[in-house]
Amino acid sequence: MQLTLWTYEGPPHVGAMRIATAMQDLHYVLHAPQGDTYADLLFTMIERRQKRPPVTYTTFQARDLGSDTSELFMDAARDAEARFKPSAMIVGASCTGELIQDDPGGLSKTLGLPIPVVPLELPSYSKKENWGAAETFYQLVRTLAPHGPEAEKAADAAPSCNILGPTALGFRHRDDVTEIVGLLEAMGIHVNVVAPLDAEVRDLLALRQADFNVVLYPEIANPAAQWLKRSFRQPFTKTVPIGVNATKDFIREVADLAGLDEDSALALAQSRLPWYSRSIDSTYLTGKRVFLFGDATHVIAMARVAETEMGFKVVGLGTYSREFARDVRDAAKLYDCDALITDDYLEVEAQIQALQPEMVLGTQMERHIAKRLGIPCAVISAPVHVQDYPARYSPVMGFEGANVLFDTLVHPLTMGLEEHLLHMFRDDFEFNDAAGPSHLAHGTVPSPVSEQDNAAPVHDQATAVTPEDQDEIIWLGDAEKELKKIPFFVRGKARRNTEKYAAERGLAEISMETLYEAKSHFSR
Amino acid sequence: MTLLHEKTRRALPLPASSGCVDRPVLKERGQQEVFCGLTGIMWLHRKIQDAFFLIVGSRTCAHLMQSAAGVMIFAEPRFGTAIMEERDLAGLADMNDELDSVVEKLLARRPDIRLLFLVGSCPSEVIKLDLDRAAQRLSQIHSPQVRILNYSGSGIETTFTQGEDACLAALVPLLPPEPDSAPAALMVVGALADVVEDQFGRLFDQLGIGPVRFLPARLADDMPPVGPNTLILLAQPFLTDTVRALEERGATLIQAPYPLGADGTTAWLKAAADAFNVDAETFETVTQAPRKRAERAVGLHRENLQGKRVFFFPDSQLEIPLARFLGNELGMSALEVGTPYLDKRLMAHDIAALPEEVTISEGQHVDKQMDRCRAARPDIAVCGLGLANPLEVEGITTKWSIELVFTPIQGYEQAGDLAELFARPLNRRTRLEV
Ligand code: SF4
Repeated sequence: MQLTLWTYEGPPHVGAMRIATAMQDLHYVLHAPQGDTYADLLFTMIERRQKRPPVTYTTFQARDLGSDTSELFMDAARDAEARFKPSAMIVGASCTGELIQDDPGGLSKTLGLPIPVVPLELPSYSKKENWGAAETFYQLVRTLAPHGPEAEKAADAAPSCNILGPTALGFRHRDDVTEIVGLLEAMGIHVNVVAPLDAEVRDLLALRQADFNVVLYPEIANPAAQWLKRSFRQPFTKTVPIGVNATKDFIREVADLAGLDEDSALALAQSRLPWYSRSIDSTYLTGKRVFLFGDATHVIAMARVAETEMGFKVVGLGTYSREFARDVRDAAKLYDCDALITDDYLEVEAQIQALQPEMVLGTQMERHIAKRLGIPCAVISAPVHVQDYPARYSPVMGFEGANVLFDTLVHPLTMGLEEHLLHMFRDDFEFNDAAGPSHLAHGTVPSPVSEQDNAAPVHDQATAVTPEDQDEIIWLGDAEKELKKIPFFVRGKARRNTEKYAAERGLAEISMETLYEAKSHFSR
Repeated sequence: MTLLHEKTRRALPLPASSGCVDRPVLKERGQQEVFCGLTGIMWLHRKIQDAFFLIVGSRTCAHLMQSAAGVMIFAEPRFGTAIMEERDLAGLADMNDELDSVVEKLLARRPDIRLLFLVGSCPSEVIKLDLDRAAQRLSQIHSPQVRILNYSGSGIETTFTQGEDACLAALVPLLPPEPDSAPAALMVVGALADVVEDQFGRLFDQLGIGPVRFLPARLADDMPPVGPNTLILLAQPFLTDTVRALEERGATLIQAPYPLGADGTTAWLKAAADAFNVDAETFETVTQAPRKRAERAVGLHRENLQGKRVFFFPDSQLEIPLARFLGNELGMSALEVGTPYLDKRLMAHDIAALPEEVTISEGQHVDKQMDRCRAARPDIAVCGLGLANPLEVEGITTKWSIELVFTPIQGYEQAGDLAELFARPLNRRTRLEV
């Protein structure tokens, strides 16, 4: 039993959902209770997808247990096929479904559905989201790919590859794919299939037509790529093209696999990062101490960018991807630091506190930690939040990705610089919040409201900043206390409106009644 | 316009002893797209300031909590999940030891915690982990410093707001007994935002009703006493088990609609005033000014909302009282009002205020309901987060029901805010030219 406050990864069936949602005509029937339907919002709210994930939940209840939960599953699978007409189906159980042991795979076989049905065994009590995504993709490839026609190729045809690994709810997967497809096509390579993102089931049957595979996200695509190598002798790439140098390495690796000339391929290299990093404005980036945490792929790649392309100093790194612990430890050795392998965010926080970096590159979790500690931070890996799906084109892979990374890594530091300036001038009377607003006489720091002191007039020094005409208006104690109960993010507006309302009516004091009169006045 | 409104307004049935209101209900069975009761922890842990909620569950439960929380703004939230792992499932004895040590670690870390809830989940229910016994055992170890209670927020037994019902029902045995000789006291039951609670406290005070207590209290040691002279007034409509537990301890339920909108709040206060024999004149004097304010604030939105058609997907159990408010006070018409389950006794007044032609549906078959919603083309659909964007894409304006749970909407001073929550999405539609 593990005490968890926040988690980096969801359960493995959420990984399976990422595959199903990425594809166009695959449906997932999940034996799960109603509460598990929360996972839909990850895709519709966070990623802003326009369609509900193609997932049918059986939503069994306590009263169904022991009687007809398997019946429920079969009905759900039959109905889902009839309603959604998918080209293939995956079936499985969430953590609770696993415990009631209904065997969705076996049950669905008895239904005789007219489409391929791939059963998933995702152990919820030992595995996690990325593993679940990798296993699901592997099972789909393994089941479907052998049914495709054997590779046949004209002697003069261009070399071809598949791109494996991008999913729904991935960190910048959508734009990475665009970037890398463009790069490969510019090299003269035909992209046969991209999967699972936007793929159709029949695309999986065509996988074996390609000469080799490009693995963009090893956490998700490695098992499938290894199987394709064993089964169809398709080699696959090991370099993840994040950063200028890694992208160049990637080009070399791909040129080699495709039998192309390396040098003419490298001539494609075009990024602003090298010059931006050399321009003198970037001098202040030198030796900035950074800490990285995230999935293994992004942490390893970003550490290289930070150290060798931005001129930072990597002082620590780590991952929650235990499956890749060895790779991350090897990477840490390059920068003379230790790797933190954990999925406990409290340990990550403790590490950040101990190392006192000047910048954190992490996930949404580290963003919150860094915010609390006052350290600049950029998000470089899942778990993601809605702001990690920007409207603009912003890959992190390839040469445009390197440009994006330069901006991403510099941006919080400029913010950091501003904060630094604010700190420097903290004691200046105009910045010093303890001195109170400048329209109040110096030295008369108003006392905060005390329980006994209900009716005493008080100024709230933090928010009462508009002087002159409002100088005269006094907040009575209980109105002031009431104001404090209003959520902080609207409190300032409530205060301003109430003061405006009182001023317009020539009131000298604001009572609780005034507060609510004003509220109703402005309510619209 | 005001005149028109007066005409369309239906009289809100004031406290009467009429039991349930019989009308056909569309009962559905299928995929139910509603959160489980664990989600109640999201507001309960903010409300009870020295309580910690420890879910005994799976990675799914932990993931639900952080996904529903949306942003992770709390340094260390007062909730967490003891995630069961493969080796825990191997043998039960082992699991109890594991739980004990998790609790020990947790309490050592958080000495400020006075009340610990062990919250059951689907996995803990299915393997029949006895959290009742665990809570007793742990109480013996950690009392009097920490009291340990348990309830189930599992998705196989509870939907969304039912988690609060289960939590409050678990608190009832802990409430100090009030002697038979004690004077009548009012207990307002159901978590409210502090600011709303204080508004109601002042109104009851002005009405001369007292003592007034709130369940849950803000601190573990301040939980209200209960006895045969306790009168219960529900601030939330989803408290079936809590009411039953309080009634078993002698308390009496005051039948009332829920305090949403100007009329709803007036009727709710009136029910309490009548139970405490407050004379009509006092009632009028005390409620007149805030009621007028509320009516004015609601009225500002009537022009935009009047005649608009609304479709409720089942989610928070607030659907029926909300439909009543939107119909009576804003002149909107409800097409379908979905509710995860229907407690006709606790909903009696609000159901009676809904026009006959409104379909009430209980339970859910989400695909069929989406079809009905598409066919009905409402002006606004109230639904959960998973459905909102897909409906918007199809051109149907939505209001996320979860916002109605997290935002203070009860009482006079919030009536305008409540109307605004429905007006804003429609307003936004008219602004956008892209
Ligand atoms: S439905 Fe059950 S398993 Fe799912 S999150 Fe809720 S309690 Fe946990």
